[in-house]
Amino acid sequence: MDRRQFITRSAMLGCSAAAAPFVTPVAMAAAPWDTRLVVIILRGAMDGVDVIQPYGDPALAALRPNLPAGEQGNALDLNGFYSLNPHFSALKPLYDTGEFGAVHAVSTPYRDRRSHFDGQDILEAGLPTLDGGGLRDGWLNRMLQVVPGLEPEVAYSIGREQMLVLSGEAPASRWAPETKLQISPNARALLDVVYHDDPLFRDASSDAIAIAEQISLDAAVAEETTDLMAGASMMDGVPLNGQHVEVAEFAATRLRGETRIASFSINGWDTHAQQSRSLRQRGTVLSDTILALRAGLGPVWGKTAVLCLTEFGRTARENGSAGTDHGTGSAMLYAGGALRGGQVIADWPGLGDGDLYAGRDLLPTRDVRAYAAWVMHDLIGLDRNTLEQAVFPGLELGPNPGLVL
Amino acid sequence: MPFDPILASIRFGCGLSPDVQTQTSIDDMLALLDGPDMAAQQFPIQSYDTVRPSRLDFRIAGGAVAEAENEAARDAAQQAVRQIRAEASDVWKTSTALQLSREITTADGFRERLTRFWADHFTAPPTNGQWRYLVYPYIEQDIRAHVNGQFVDMLRAAVMSPLLIQYLSQNRSVGPNSDNGIRTGRGLNENLAREILELHTLGVGGAYTQTDVREFAELLTGISTNVKQGAFFEPNRAEPGAETVLGRTYGGDVESLDHIMAALGDLARHPDTGRHLSAKLVEHFIGPEPHPDLVAAMARTYDQTDGNLMAVYDVMLRDEGAWSPELRKVKQPFGFVSSSMRALAVSTDDLMDLSYSDVARMVFRPLTYMGQTIHEPVGPDGWAEDDEAWITPQGMAGRITWAMQMPERLLDPLPDPREFIYHALGPTPPDAVVFAAGAAETASDGVGIVLASAAFQRR
Repeated sequence: MDRRQFITRSAMLGCSAAAAPFVTPVAMAAAPWDTRLVVIILRGAMDGVDVIQPYGDPALAALRPNLPAGEQGNALDLNGFYSLNPHFSALKPLYDTGEFGAVHAVSTPYRDRRSHFDGQDILEAGLPTLDGGGLRDGWLNRMLQVVPGLEPEVAYSIGREQMLVLSGEAPASRWAPETKLQISPNARALLDVVYHDDPLFRDASSDAIAIAEQISLDAAVAEETTDLMAGASMMDGVPLNGQHVEVAEFAATRLRGETRIASFSINGWDTHAQQSRSLRQRGTVLSDTILALRAGLGPVWGKTAVLCLTEFGRTARENGSAGTDHGTGSAMLYAGGALRGGQVIADWPGLGDGDLYAGRDLLPTRDVRAYAAWVMHDLIGLDRNTLEQAVFPGLELGPNPGLVL
Repeated sequence: MPFDPILASIRFGCGLSPDVQTQTSIDDMLALLDGPDMAAQQFPIQSYDTVRPSRLDFRIAGGAVAEAENEAARDAAQQAVRQIRAEASDVWKTSTALQLSREITTADGFRERLTRFWADHFTAPPTNGQWRYLVYPYIEQDIRAHVNGQFVDMLRAAVMSPLLIQYLSQNRSVGPNSDNGIRTGRGLNENLAREILELHTLGVGGAYTQTDVREFAELLTGISTNVKQGAFFEPNRAEPGAETVLGRTYGGDVESLDHIMAALGDLARHPDTGRHLSAKLVEHFIGPEPHPDLVAAMARTYDQTDGNLMAVYDVMLRDEGAWSPELRKVKQPFGFVSSSMRALAVSTDDLMDLSYSDVARMVFRPLTYMGQTIHEPVGPDGWAEDDEAWITPQGMAGRITWAMQMPERLLDPLPDPREFIYHALGPTPPDAVVFAAGAAETASDGVGIVLASAAFQRR
């Protein structure tokens, strides 16, 4: 048998998965809900006080002489009390249209040690503490476990590193958009031959090739994302070649299809020195990411919620190098057509003497997990018990902040 | 006994090599494992206690920056910190090259596989990227030295290793009624106690209760670590009084590490531990859903020999099922990369000469794409055993890309794919792979197809 004959024959035998990617051998279900949830982990501890600035708090200016807020810092007023850091100004139009907002003075239950490693583990595990051991899975994965039998494409973690928040028993997909699967057409056909009798390898490799092709912008759906992004008015200032934009573009492409949950991280928030310089870069990256998601999602943006969570906040006082050190309370930024933006929700604790946590940090007045939980409650329809026991053990949901429209 | 030298290399070793003889019998395999660690002698990785830079080196260098009194002194101190970081990166890169060199050349592949298995059992990821270079020295000192010994010795070594103590927060656990606890108001952290019971000894279904976890956590207080002393036992952190774990009472008089070591001995001897470890070995080496008779036989031997691992391996290797021709497991990414290099007979001299960025490009980053950032699983339960966790679209993209691109960077010229297939897969490769390897347009595609084939990816 010669090569051509062999390839033709195997094609005729029908490697169905190669012809129709994303078909898994076991019958698995698409998600029974239609809304989209994007969870962005801001690693390094975002200084909520400098991103959503409580410039109306009389104590702020004295705490941060080198990190001016409000008008003094050329920030954009949000509601007379809070202002938006100027490096995040690209998000202001979204605030004005109700597609971007923030929740302030929140944190996970993590206290006092202020370690990135533990803080991120607690944030992603969604547990009140790790002191008892048992770190096994993340809260987004436990949410998926509630609806067994979902296709892996329902949830995507995006990027090179494994994300704890989506790790666990429930199948989830993972892809790093910068993966370049360069393979000659001949080698690809030959791989189909060698995988033909092994469904596990056959399906995974044909999916890999299919995804890689979509990434390389050959496939129609990715082109559509690019078109959507190019056509969106707010995308004018957004360069399309950054890795974060690639991530957003990939997420948008998947979310317009079968994917309902996507998660990825944006690193670099550990602003110990020259904070305003770091925040300029981070602000651009985060704004571009949100704008690229919005543009790339097109009409799906209307049923999308984007939550940006960080492991903890930073000290209320600036330090000696025009930065801030590890703290406690911070802000959760959110965006999406499914959420009620244009507001900063907080039970503001104040920054004055005696108001600070441990005399140094923004005091968290609510568990940030409650906001994530209520979004899942209203967006996906999870019930209170599931949220308080399975997804976020030990959480008291409290009153509904009404983030979801 | 259906011993098969090819399966012995693929399933229990580091894969086939054109340069290294396969084993001739189970007795041979075990005798090698029982003998001196030749691979470690030839490619020595530093042990935790002697590796430089040490954590203290980092601390001293960092302190010098903080204490510098003028600009020039600060510059010099910062330069010294950079130098230490570079040395640590070099240890990390070199240790990886040494481990790969061992796996490429060893005749005693079972030892390498067991080292990886037990290192994963006692997984201790760095709590800070800066310390990742210390994981190899930890494995060398506390795991590898015991893979052919008594389980209890490995357990005790791991529990007294700074990396595991830190990873499982034991350095934060203080007896609330100890001198230190009363003075500082600090208290118990159950993390290490729970993971020892749930992961390292009895297993998640084991006969322990929350009360046992609590009592065991109290018993473990006193163990801690710091940069200067490494791991230590400090009586004034230890919860006073006796603790009862699984019905046995420890201590009650002078607080001492001996009580903890005695408890670890009893946990290692517990019948649930033998069962848990045996099932885990079978699942890792042979396949999913371990046969209960085999697990029971291994556990019995474990109990009779006080946890002699050689005796337990002996039972596993002499089981019919160990030699079933069907390949029921997928190689984990590190094993895929190392067995590829072994089949290609990559020169260990060339490997040792690679720069950090070469190793990052050829090993570190590709392994992350395949889903296995070296020594950094997401939780203390280590890497997944099920094939589906690895053979995902992303995982396959990583494997195929590595198979197609890396061999030609590692080897010049590449072997003829039509011969290479026998180096990699043995004398009876599947027809489809023989065909595909011969039909490839280039040698690198041909070699890549062999390495990417399910026949090579499985073991």
